[in-house]
Amino acid sequence: MSAPESLPQDLTDLYRDSNVSSVLEALERELIGLAPVKTRVREIAALLLVEKLRRSVGLEAGAPSLHMSFTGNPGTGKTTVALRMAQMLHALGYSRKGHLVAVTRDDLVGQYIGHTAPKTKEVLKRSMGGVLFIDEAYYLYRPENERDYGQEAIEILLQVMENQREDLVVILAGYKDRMDRFFSSNPGMASRIAHHIDFPDYDEGELFAIAQLMLAKMQYRLDAGAEAALHEYIARRKAQPHFANARSIRNALDRARLRQANRLFEQRGARLTRDALMTITAPDIRASRVFEQKGETP
Amino acid sequence: MRLTQGTFSFLPDLSDAQIRAQIEYCLGRGWAVSVEYTDDPHPRNAYWDMFGMPMFDLKDAAGVMAEVDACRKTFPRHYVKVNAFDATPGWEALRLSFIVNRPPSEPGFGLEREEGAGRLQRYALRAYAASRPEGERY
Repeated sequence: MSAPESLPQDLTDLYRDSNVSSVLEALERELIGLAPVKTRVREIAALLLVEKLRRSVGLEAGAPSLHMSFTGNPGTGKTTVALRMAQMLHALGYSRKGHLVAVTRDDLVGQYIGHTAPKTKEVLKRSMGGVLFIDEAYYLYRPENERDYGQEAIEILLQVMENQREDLVVILAGYKDRMDRFFSSNPGMASRIAHHIDFPDYDEGELFAIAQLMLAKMQYRLDAGAEAALHEYIARRKAQPHFANARSIRNALDRARLRQANRLFEQRGARLTRDALMTITAPDIRASRVFEQKGETP
Repeated sequence: MRLTQGTFSFLPDLSDAQIRAQIEYCLGRGWAVSVEYTDDPHPRNAYWDMFGMPMFDLKDAAGVMAEVDACRKTFPRHYVKVNAFDATPGWEALRLSFIVNRPPSEPGFGLEREEGAGRLQRYALRAYAASRPEGERY
């Protein structure tokens, strides 16, 4: 009868020693909402920590496949999460360098015969040791043109995704419905991707929290009137077409900064305070064209 | 005769782990790494063939190692070397160059003597392997 063997390190130590905790905390702090995404990221972190511990006692299971697909509407934080993911994988020792290479179809697919393979391979070589983020990946496959070179890029990608799993992690991103169509026409791709993560749209409260976070980062603040105006702005903007979640909010804030600067410039002569330079007021937001069309839009 | 050339000519052949570590060093300094091959072993042969383009903006040696392996697979009986170019000062300088693959047997060189006018003696080095046409050597 042997006593149960105790491990040289336990998970708490490992969690503390790797700086994955700081990455996870940053994810929690800097990203509003996205509960399913955060859960999955934590699961992956746990898997990799346990895997590290298993390796330290000689249990081998081979590198887990970590290729991912991020689906969601524009502005839901796919690129940001991919960046965090790269940092986390680096902190956990899964990827050696932890950099993110963000590409689109143009970077992978060539224009004539024989152009695609070197181009795709070059991108793959650049992203080795880190994460390759392919935005709007469904453009790689164009079923309407059977001589499209996208298929060639997909084949090279698949080969590397299978054979050099320890060298790079591929993240495909795009709108949900188009990605679903992409995967159904490329079953090889779908089966090599272990994690399908769906990014939900933000609700109004989350969008407001995001706005405040962005403002705090840029060292601005809203006065009471502006807060009410921004709430109203978000509700109106959300109902309009081409709403891109956090991206629309960022654009709205950039325009509000523009108006604030203009307002301050027009009252030049008056003495400015530090507070005035920081404050965005209700008129800065209400001047937006979102407030113009009252009830006219269907 | 074992041909030596480049940075680590005085050392035995590097293992793959050592090659990877050298490439990591080069990439860490921001140098562009390229792979070249030849089957002409003459020391004055400065024009090796490029195996693909030089690799810029790489972060990790895995990409170069994949290229080295591909070159070894394509030309198992050629000399293959890895070069690292430094473009950071604004001009290109070769910082590091070392052989990563060699033919299984290297027959070496013959010394040829030629009598010139008077008592003049000219010497030439001729690689035994180079007497056969390109691609059929080794």
